[in-house]
Amino acid sequence: MSAPSPRAPLPKGPRPIRVLVAKAGLDGHDRGAKVVAQALRDAGMEVVYTGLRQTPEMIVKAASEEDVDAIGISLLSGAHMTVFPRVLDLLRENGLSHVLLTGGGVIPEKDREALRAAGVGMLFGPGTRTSDLIQYIQREVALRRAHSA
Amino acid sequence: MSKTPRPPDASAILRGDRRALGRGLTCVEAMDDEALALLDALWGSTGRARRIGITGPPGVGKSTLASGVIRAYRAGGRGVGVLAVDPSSPVTGGALLGDRHRLGAEAHDPKVFFRSFGSRGSTGGLSRAAPFALDILDAAGFDVVLVETAGVGQTEIEVAATADSVAVVLSPESGDAVQAMKAGLIEIADVLCVNKADREGAEAMVEALDAMLDRAPPAPWRPPVVRTRGLEDASPLFEALETHGKWLLEGGRLEERRRRGLRGRLRSLVHALLAERLLAGQDALLDARAGEAASKRRSLLDAARSTVEEILR
Ligand code: B12
Ligand SMILES: Nc1nc2c(ncn2[C@@H]2O[C@H](COP(=O)(O)OP(=O)(O)OP(=O)(O)O)[C@@H](O)[C@H]2O)c(=O)[nH]1
Ligand SMILES: [Mg+2]
Repeated sequence: MSAPSPRAPLPKGPRPIRVLVAKAGLDGHDRGAKVVAQALRDAGMEVVYTGLRQTPEMIVKAASEEDVDAIGISLLSGAHMTVFPRVLDLLRENGLSHVLLTGGGVIPEKDREALRAAGVGMLFGPGTRTSDLIQYIQREVALRRAHSA
Repeated sequence: MSKTPRPPDASAILRGDRRALGRGLTCVEAMDDEALALLDALWGSTGRARRIGITGPPGVGKSTLASGVIRAYRAGGRGVGVLAVDPSSPVTGGALLGDRHRLGAEAHDPKVFFRSFGSRGSTGGLSRAAPFALDILDAAGFDVVLVETAGVGQTEIEVAATADSVAVVLSPESGDAVQAMKAGLIEIADVLCVNKADREGAEAMVEALDAMLDRAPPAPWRPPVVRTRGLEDASPLFEALETHGKWLLEGGRLEERRRRGLRGRLRSLVHALLAERLLAGQDALLDARAGEAASKRRSLLDAARSTVEEILR
């Protein structure tokens, strides 16, 4: 007889990717965030949806409690140049630099480039096919998980 | 580039490190090898928190009420750890974990910790992982540990029933009281809460529940039926839960309830460990007996019995 296994039989297989989808500040445009949350869920991810009016502090607190692989912030209000850098700083302060920070909404190309240079991931604009952002998150999270394994 | 996340560390969890607790819950959710070490290390620190379960059909207002109950405990200065379970898609494995969405100002509160689990489609997995997750929140020092599950599926109902005080939430549109009884919800309730009392049909539902309780065999605790308007005020639910909590403190009821709960968990863990151990390496035997049942050389029941005899020989 084989040695006793110390653990109860549980579903094997890869842990689903966990993503926090948040709306920051006073931006009330939640259609895109909901579309994205649903698409990620349909792609097999566990999506924690926080809803509207999140501060960077709330977003990072949630990311830490929920132990997510990625944070996706949807911003159509023009506040992206303050929100993304602040979230990035808080992630670093809280030992969460392995978490992918991505998002989308109405963000001009030059701002996207500046944010990327600061360490934010890809940001997706209006009209993006959800299959593109799904692929990006899957690929990026796989890399980061391999890195920290 | 990305820094390696530290393995979860029991002493960090005991110190109240949020990140360590988040990681620890991930291990427990997956029941990986790190989880075992963690659960061993933290077991001695469990048993201090008051455990509350909230269950009921989808959409009745469980999360909205939970946020009101959290606020009430926080007003009394108590820290609250929350586990919210939402269903995973059996097809894709994905899940939309939306319970956190209902938090108000509690979302900023450093003494509130909120974690969402997907049910991950496995009856076995959740029923073990979720109570262990509550143990870890308890060990982490929260005065109150609250679990919300949708009262569909046996497992979700059982998970809520591991709490010290269980609230079953219904609403006028969640079907009638008989449906809740069929789902096995009424039996586990210490408090019955009819939410959305602003809606038509709430009063009729309260009456039907009271009538049902009148017909039930007498029990030492009769669950009160309370009405709430969850968006405005969860205090009738909070007060009923606290009344039940005080009742439990008399005459050793809480210890007895917890002992029974632990025995149930122990039994199902032993069951799973035994099955895993005894079935290890027996695939050929199972294939052979299944073949005999398929070709009608034995009945299925006879095949099962003889398999057991052979394994135990
Ligand atoms: C519909 C809409 C509204 C609706 C919103 C309904 C709702 N509940 O969402 C209403 C009418 C309420 C509204 C109101 C306002 N709006 Co408006 N609105 C729009 C509009 C026309 C479409 C937005 C939309 O829903 N698109 C559909 C979704 C699916 O697309 P999406 O959000 O872009 O998401 C995609 C990508 O961006 C990306 N993405 C988005 N989020 C995320 C997140 C992650 C994690 C990832 C990976 C990807 C991702 O993927 C998605 C799929 O492709 C845009 C114009 C535009 N072209 O975007 C203006 C627009 C956003 N609104 C605008 C303005 C100014 C306003 C108002 C201030 C107007 C006013 N003066 O009252 C108010 C503000 C309301 C508020 N409280 O915030 C401006 C914003 C300007 C700016 N940023 O500088 C825009 C750009 C119009 C414009 N050209 O001026 N609006
Ligand atoms: N009219 C009315 N609506 C309410 C009340 N309480 C909650 N709601 C609304 O009911 C909806 C569902 O509330 P939730 O708290 O998310 O319900 P839930 O039971 O947690 O839902 P699931 O977790 O999805 O099963 C939300 O739109 C709430 O705003 C109430 O007392 N009256
Ligand atoms: Mg809920």
